[in-house]
Amino acid sequence: MNVQRASQDDEDTVMASVLSENPVLGGRDGFTEDISEFEHVRRKHVGRYVSAALIVALVSWVVMAFAHGRIEWAVVGQYLAVRSIVVGLGNTVLMTALAMLLGVSIGVTVAVMRLSANPVINCAAAGYVWFFRGTPVLLQLLLWFNLALVFPSLGIPGLVEVPTVEVMTPFLASLLGLGINQGAYTSEVVRAGLLSVDQGQYEAAKAIGMPNLQALRRIILPQAMRVIVPPIGNELIGMVKLTSLASVIQFPEIVYSAENIYYANNRVIELLIVAGIWYVVVVTVLSTLQGRVERYFARGAGAFGATRRAGAST
Amino acid sequence: MTPIVKSVAPRKSFGGFEALKGIDLEIDRGEVLCIVGPSGSGKSTFLRCINQLEVIDGGALWVNGELVGYRRTGRKLFELSEREIARQRLATGMVFQRFNLFPHKTALENVIEGPVQVLKMERRQAELAAKELLARVGLAHKCGAYPIELSGGQQQRVAIARALAMKPALMLFDEPTSALDPELVGEVLSVMRDLARSGMTMIVVTHELGFAREVANRVLFMDQGLAVEAGSPEQVLGRPTQARTRDFISAVLG
Repeated sequence: MNVQRASQDDEDTVMASVLSENPVLGGRDGFTEDISEFEHVRRKHVGRYVSAALIVALVSWVVMAFAHGRIEWAVVGQYLAVRSIVVGLGNTVLMTALAMLLGVSIGVTVAVMRLSANPVINCAAAGYVWFFRGTPVLLQLLLWFNLALVFPSLGIPGLVEVPTVEVMTPFLASLLGLGINQGAYTSEVVRAGLLSVDQGQYEAAKAIGMPNLQALRRIILPQAMRVIVPPIGNELIGMVKLTSLASVIQFPEIVYSAENIYYANNRVIELLIVAGIWYVVVVTVLSTLQGRVERYFARGAGAFGATRRAGAST
Repeated sequence: MTPIVKSVAPRKSFGGFEALKGIDLEIDRGEVLCIVGPSGSGKSTFLRCINQLEVIDGGALWVNGELVGYRRTGRKLFELSEREIARQRLATGMVFQRFNLFPHKTALENVIEGPVQVLKMERRQAELAAKELLARVGLAHKCGAYPIELSGGQQQRVAIARALAMKPALMLFDEPTSALDPELVGEVLSVMRDLARSGMTMIVVTHELGFAREVANRVLFMDQGLAVEAGSPEQVLGRPTQARTRDFISAVLG
């Protein structure tokens, strides 16, 4: 190729032969010749076509397998919106929301305690995190549910006393078990968020006369949220599925409802698929919301700074 | 007239390092004091002790007629509560080297944060006052901008407006132009010059000897946690009596 082209232009030939012997200057590829009008041809991404083909094949194989497997898809459709499944779904969402609310409240409090200068408060917070991260949440749920074995009655002796079995319903045991366990994890996330805020922000807040708690609420936490929200969103999504453990202590969430139905009609896989579909739906909705919340708390920070908040005062 | 700041041998150590070894000083209302000196000489530490971002280990400071950080009962000094310290801080406004604007709030929101949240001023009224202050520092058109959208000089001017919004009796400036690109220093110094002319009491830690010479009533030269010499700008910067001051000035002027 080189030789053929070189013969077209006599004056270039001498120079070209010098260049073609120099591997760095790269022969005639445009160094002495005008190539600015040449068409640019992109590299062919063969790997993409191959991997796409492989994945399509794999997915269709799995789909075919399930289509031909012993699953009555009609039964899945039939039970998808049946009353007890919908109630179970409602309970799953409700428990997720309440347990997460409890978890975040505890988490923020404990994170602030961890950063306190008071050594007693600091140690208490560290102890809480140590204990509740140190035991499986399933074990904690069972402990709360069976609290009556330890304390037959609850209340202030002589004033108010109620039998524990009446108070510690599956609902309350699930809420406490999931929420308090979540609080231990959330506190670490919040602590990381608080530590990520520049020390100068505390000083600026103090300099305009804010006491610590006000500075925390108005200045530090809103900035920490940018770091806190993504992992909390992740944990919220985890909580949706973690609530399924509450079926063990008879809290009627969606897995419990599905189980009750398949104990009666033996359509085990069909009902587990029904529950699975709903989990995916809920998680998809939450993932979408997560993105929006993240954008809100990123205001004034880096790339998102340019997107002004609607109605920012001028 | 009682001085607005009275400093009697305040001391401050960080770990084993004694940053501030005691400075005796009185500052009158309306005075502009510039503190100069090499890095690590305790200038910033002294400033931060005045508004209690640092707690002094010994000696005493009075600001605006109050003993800083303690209540005197008989022959004992009782440490104040956090809330009382926050209240004492209202006497001073602070401008930081690195601006420290609240990044999640617009310029206007930065300025009204203190008046609304701490002084419990009505929001509408605070916004009016804030717009006036931002106009005063030449940023009337940047009310809705987030700090990241402003240049360093503009951020520092918002920070000055934020401090002024609290109507302090005394303004503290901690190397306000040291983090700025050279071409932005002038706009900040000009705002500070106007502020000094308006009669504001100011303590300015700075390396801008030209500014000190022009605006200060008094210059204090510090080295190794001590006051080396103080006096009029002409005297301290023009005819320094101490060798350390002379060395520093010739080093700065290059």
